[in-house]
Amino acid sequence: MNPGSELRILRTEALGELFSRLTASGHRLLAPVRRDGRVEFAEVSSPQEVALDYIQTTTSAKAAVFPRYEPLLRFRLRGKAADVQELPPDTRPTVLFGVHPCDAASLATLKAVFTWDSPDPYFETRLQQLTVVGLSCTRGDAYCFCTSVGGAPGDTRGSDVLLTPLDDDRFLVEILTEKGRTLAGAAPQLFAPANGEQKENRLAKITPRFGVEQVTSRLPKLFDRTEVWVEQSLRCLGCGACAFVCPTCSCFDIQDERQRYDSVRLRCWDSCGFKLFTLHASGHNPRARQSERWRQRVMHKFSYQPERLGVLGCVGCGRCSRACPVDMNLAEHVQALAEMSV
Amino acid sequence: MQALQNKARALLEAGTVQVVIGYGAGSDPERVRAVFVRRPEQTSQLIFDARCRQNLATYLLKPEVRALGKPALVCVPGTLRALLQYGVENQLTDEAVLALVVTDGAVTELPRFAAMEEYLAGLPRGLTPEQQAELDRIDSLSPAERWAFWSAELQRCVKCYACRAACPLCYCARCITDVNQPQWIPVSSDPLGNLEWNVVRAMHLAGRCVDCGSCAEACPEGIRIDLLNRVLAREALQQFGAEPGYSMRKEYALATFKPDDKEEFIR
Repeated sequence: MNPGSELRILRTEALGELFSRLTASGHRLLAPVRRDGRVEFAEVSSPQEVALDYIQTTTSAKAAVFPRYEPLLRFRLRGKAADVQELPPDTRPTVLFGVHPCDAASLATLKAVFTWDSPDPYFETRLQQLTVVGLSCTRGDAYCFCTSVGGAPGDTRGSDVLLTPLDDDRFLVEILTEKGRTLAGAAPQLFAPANGEQKENRLAKITPRFGVEQVTSRLPKLFDRTEVWVEQSLRCLGCGACAFVCPTCSCFDIQDERQRYDSVRLRCWDSCGFKLFTLHASGHNPRARQSERWRQRVMHKFSYQPERLGVLGCVGCGRCSRACPVDMNLAEHVQALAEMSV
Repeated sequence: MQALQNKARALLEAGTVQVVIGYGAGSDPERVRAVFVRRPEQTSQLIFDARCRQNLATYLLKPEVRALGKPALVCVPGTLRALLQYGVENQLTDEAVLALVVTDGAVTELPRFAAMEEYLAGLPRGLTPEQQAELDRIDSLSPAERWAFWSAELQRCVKCYACRAACPLCYCARCITDVNQPQWIPVSSDPLGNLEWNVVRAMHLAGRCVDCGSCAEACPEGIRIDLLNRVLAREALQQFGAEPGYSMRKEYALATFKPDDKEEFIR
């Protein structure tokens, strides 16, 4: 248990009341929803819509703070003058309900990237208005590897409130932050005092596959081992599926969608897996081959980001490996690198 | 499986090929993955069963794979059709790849385009009853219902281009969606951008798509892009008699004018 946290019990049947209080006070509720056999975060209004038993959504929750595309400004030509209008981000308070601890932890990585030099009002506004209600994992699958990258199925990092299902009827609630206290304060009568309940024996068992230090210390020495990267990535097709389902991938492109007189500048997701990603105007491409792009993906997450930002660029959610059309398995390949003699 | 492993071993030992590209075990029991077998002792990696559906022809144009030397390629019918279409489109020369077909525990070598044509001629063509039923269902929808169906499908597209990457016939060195002066297709995955991308891709594959289904299988969002291709394949067949990937005849449905074209879509 987190030392500073307050413990409560929330009955599953009370979620409906909590949801109506939150929506009535102007909150947007995002939660995992099952549709056609897939689970994705979507806007909900009642707990009946929420898939509380999910293992992992296809795409991550990052769109709540970093949407797949967002307009930044609009520019209109009037004769020889240009009229530029900033398009501010949506400032609606949002509750991200039922994200697993891996997704909650990813917010720290995104924040480290988006705030490391100049302020990013779009990201920061969204993060400020976001309250994270985490949901501990009671089960995982072969693709989960949070415990290899510093996470855990009941990890509280990134959550304002963490729920752990004790049985079908009750959640153990850890209120972790000021935002969490505010959220619980919206319906204080729903949160009963806890009575020594423990979450530990409810949590999924995820066996660690490698250690963070084991990877980060080896990677700089493996940079020039071209044959290693070529071998791992022979079957990689160079699409962006891994990056776009990833909760921590934060690369974006700025694009002008131009009409003759009325245009929009927007930011949209990009991926280092694409060959276009580093193509220079001269025609030169410093990462011309897929093996170089695969190396970049691994190095960025497990070497550059820890070194420069102090955070790992991976939370072990396993989405990339589930989504990959050719079964590129990140945990397997990083484990192989971690065990390589250098 | 044993026959395939033996064949691969023999081919590598004899130096007939330098790499056997096939399927091996994947991350979980439902998955397989492409393997690139270069040494006789690696041949035990090779498996073949109903899970082996990815069109491996896609890999033949990848520089790192080309660098491995002459390949043998484990083929399903869609792979063979892609190889023939590569031949038609001058992407592959005859005998550049040795196709291997596994049937009933036996391995057949198809070393030339002519042998692939002959093999494919013996297979049934056309849609399966399930595929036909899906198209009939789409056909039966009103324009408004069809628009609603495709809007719901395509709004999930995140523009990861897994469809393009998995498709053997999407091999353009510079894809139209990567051209930005002018920007033909909106880059973002907004409704317009998603519609344009998926429709443009389908149009560029009309009369070329070999219906391997790899695009839809690759899509992380489970979007049925194969249905778009299948509808256009039906049009290309009805209008121009196009059956891409069955023969080396160099007839391009959308790039060859014939006086007896029906041209019914114009009238």
